[in-house]
Amino acid sequence: MRTILTLAAVRIRITLRNKTFLFFSLIMPLAIFFLYGSVFAKGKPGAVAYLMGPILSFTVMGTFWGLSMQLVTWREQGILRRFRLAPIAPSSMIASSILANYTLILPTVVLELGLARFIYHVTTFGNLVSVFVLAILGITSFGAMGLVVASVTNTMQETQIINQLLWFALIFLSGATVPLAVLPRMVQRIGLFLPATYFIYGLQRAMLVNAGLQTLGMVLFSLIAWAVLAIFISSQLFRWEPEAKLPRNAKLWAVATVLPFILLGIWENHNGKVLNTAAAMMSGRPTENAPPSDKTQ
Amino acid sequence: MSNPILLVENLEKRYEDVHAVRGVSFSVEEGEVFGLLGPNGAGKTSTIEVIEGLRVSDGGRVSVCGLDPQKNPNDLKSVIGATLQATSLPDKLRVGEAIRLFAGFYKRTRNPDELLKRFGLEEKRGSFYNQLSGGQKQRLALAMALVNDPRVLFLDEPTAGLDPQVRREIYTIIEELKAEKKTIVLTTHYIEEAERLCDRVAIIDHGKVIATGTPRELKQRSANTTRVEVRLSKPASNGTLKGLDGVVDAREVDGAYVLHCQRTAPAIVALVKHLESENNELVSLEIATPSLEDVFIELTGRRLRD
Repeated sequence: MRTILTLAAVRIRITLRNKTFLFFSLIMPLAIFFLYGSVFAKGKPGAVAYLMGPILSFTVMGTFWGLSMQLVTWREQGILRRFRLAPIAPSSMIASSILANYTLILPTVVLELGLARFIYHVTTFGNLVSVFVLAILGITSFGAMGLVVASVTNTMQETQIINQLLWFALIFLSGATVPLAVLPRMVQRIGLFLPATYFIYGLQRAMLVNAGLQTLGMVLFSLIAWAVLAIFISSQLFRWEPEAKLPRNAKLWAVATVLPFILLGIWENHNGKVLNTAAAMMSGRPTENAPPSDKTQ
Repeated sequence: MSNPILLVENLEKRYEDVHAVRGVSFSVEEGEVFGLLGPNGAGKTSTIEVIEGLRVSDGGRVSVCGLDPQKNPNDLKSVIGATLQATSLPDKLRVGEAIRLFAGFYKRTRNPDELLKRFGLEEKRGSFYNQLSGGQKQRLALAMALVNDPRVLFLDEPTAGLDPQVRREIYTIIEELKAEKKTIVLTTHYIEEAERLCDRVAIIDHGKVIATGTPRELKQRSANTTRVEVRLSKPASNGTLKGLDGVVDAREVDGAYVLHCQRTAPAIVALVKHLESENNELVSLEIATPSLEDVFIELTGRRLRD
C-alpha cells in the first residue's frame, strides 16, 4: 500500500506540472461546460441540469486518454525500466494510476457542479451519492480502458490513433454530444453496446430522477464488471519495456474487456428500456423507475 | 573464493534468432569489483539484466545473495542496486523527489539527503530531471542505486557516452565505493575502466566468457612481450611479419599491424629491413606495454571498439 501511495503522490505531482494535462483535464472540460451551458442550454437551469450528465461524462471519460499516453511515454522513454529495478509489482503501477486519477479528476467534477449551481442556478443535482459513485466508477473503468490501450500499443502514435477512434465512438454514439433519444435508430442500436452510453444514462438518471444506487444496479454492475476485467487484463499484459513481446492473443484479450457491454447491448437492443427511459428523461416526463424515496433527496 | 555473493553458471539467453549469451559462467566474491569487459553486442547487458531479474534466462543458473532472480524477484530487488544503460526519469520530477520516491520502495534505506550531498547533487535538489547534464543524471542514477544500501551494485556501462572529465568523476565515485568494500559488478567496453576499477575481469565476446582473471593475470598472457603497432603504406602479409626476428605474434587490426615482440630492438630492425626489401614504407610506429586490449586482440583477433 505504501508503494501505491508513494507512486500515486508522485504521479499527481508530475501530472499537475504538465501543461497538456491542465489543458485537457481542466480547460477543455470547462470549455465544454460553458459551451453546453450557455450555447446549447441557453443558460436555462432545467436544460443545464439535463446536460450535466454529458458534461460530467466528458470530464470523467477523458481520463483514459491521459493515462494511456503517460504509460506509453514512460515505457518508450525507459522510465518504467527504472521503476522495474525496484520491488514494484505491475499491480502497484496500475493501482497508483487509478488512485492518482481520482485526485486529478474529481475536483473538476466538483467544480463543474459548483459552477452549474452558481452560474446557471441549477437547484438540484438529484442523488449526489449516485453521481459521485458513478464518477468514481467511471474514473476507474475508463482509466482501466486506458491501461488496456497502453498494454497493447507500442508507440505514442499508435496510442493516439486508438485513443482518437475510441474517443469519437464514445462521444458521438453514446449521447454525450447529441442526446441518445434523438440519435438515428441505427446509431442508438450501436450506442447500446458502448460503456459511455450506460455511464451517461446512469448520470442522467441520478441527476434528473434522483435514481439511487439500488435502481442503478444494471449500470453499476456493468461498469464494475468492465473495470474488473480491464484491470485484470491490463495487469496480465503490463509491459515495462517497449521490446517486451505481447502475447499473440493480447489484442483479443483487450477486446474481450468489453464483453459486459456486448451482453448488455444485446439485452438492451431486445428490451429497449434504456432508450425508452432516455426519451422520457429528455421530454421531462417522470420515469417509472424512479423510486419515490429518491425524489425526496 | 569459497562463498560467492554472485554465482552464474552456464547462463543462456536467446532473442529469436540471436543467441546473445552462450553458457556464461563466473562468480563474484563479497567486496569485489568485477568487470564484464567486451565490445558492444558481446552479451554483457543481457547477462547483467538476467542477473538483475529484468530478463528471463533460457538456461543455466543464477544466484545473487542466495536468491534466484526468477523465483524471488522482489526479494532480490530489495538487496541489489543498479544503473541501467538505457533508462530515464520523468522530465518534471525533481532530483530530491526522485531519490525520496525510490527510497519509499524499500524497507532498508540510506538517508536520501546524505546521498545527494555525497554525489554533489545537493544544490540540484530542486531541479527537474530534464535540467540535469549527462554527468549529473548519471550521478543521480548512482545515488538512486545506493538508496536501499544494496549488497551488490550492478553498473551497466556507467560511463558510456560521458565526456572524459565526467568519466573521471564517476571513476572516483566507484573507487570510493570500492574502498568501502561494496560488491560491484560493472560492464564496460573501456579498457582503462576495467584496468583501473576492477579487481577481476571476465572478457566476454559473442556471448561467451573467453578469459577471466585479475587485470594483471590477464595481461601476463602477453608477459615478456612488447606491443609494437605499425601502419604501413602497403599491405603486408601477417605470416611474413610473424616470421621476423624477435616477433612472436603479428595481427592486422583495423588497417594497422600489431606485433608482439619478445626482443623489441631486433624485431624493429628486422621489420625495417623487411619493408625495404618489399619496397614498403613505415607510416607510423608505436611501442607500448601490453594492455587488456592486447589480451582481447590475442584472443579474438579484433579490437575493442568504442
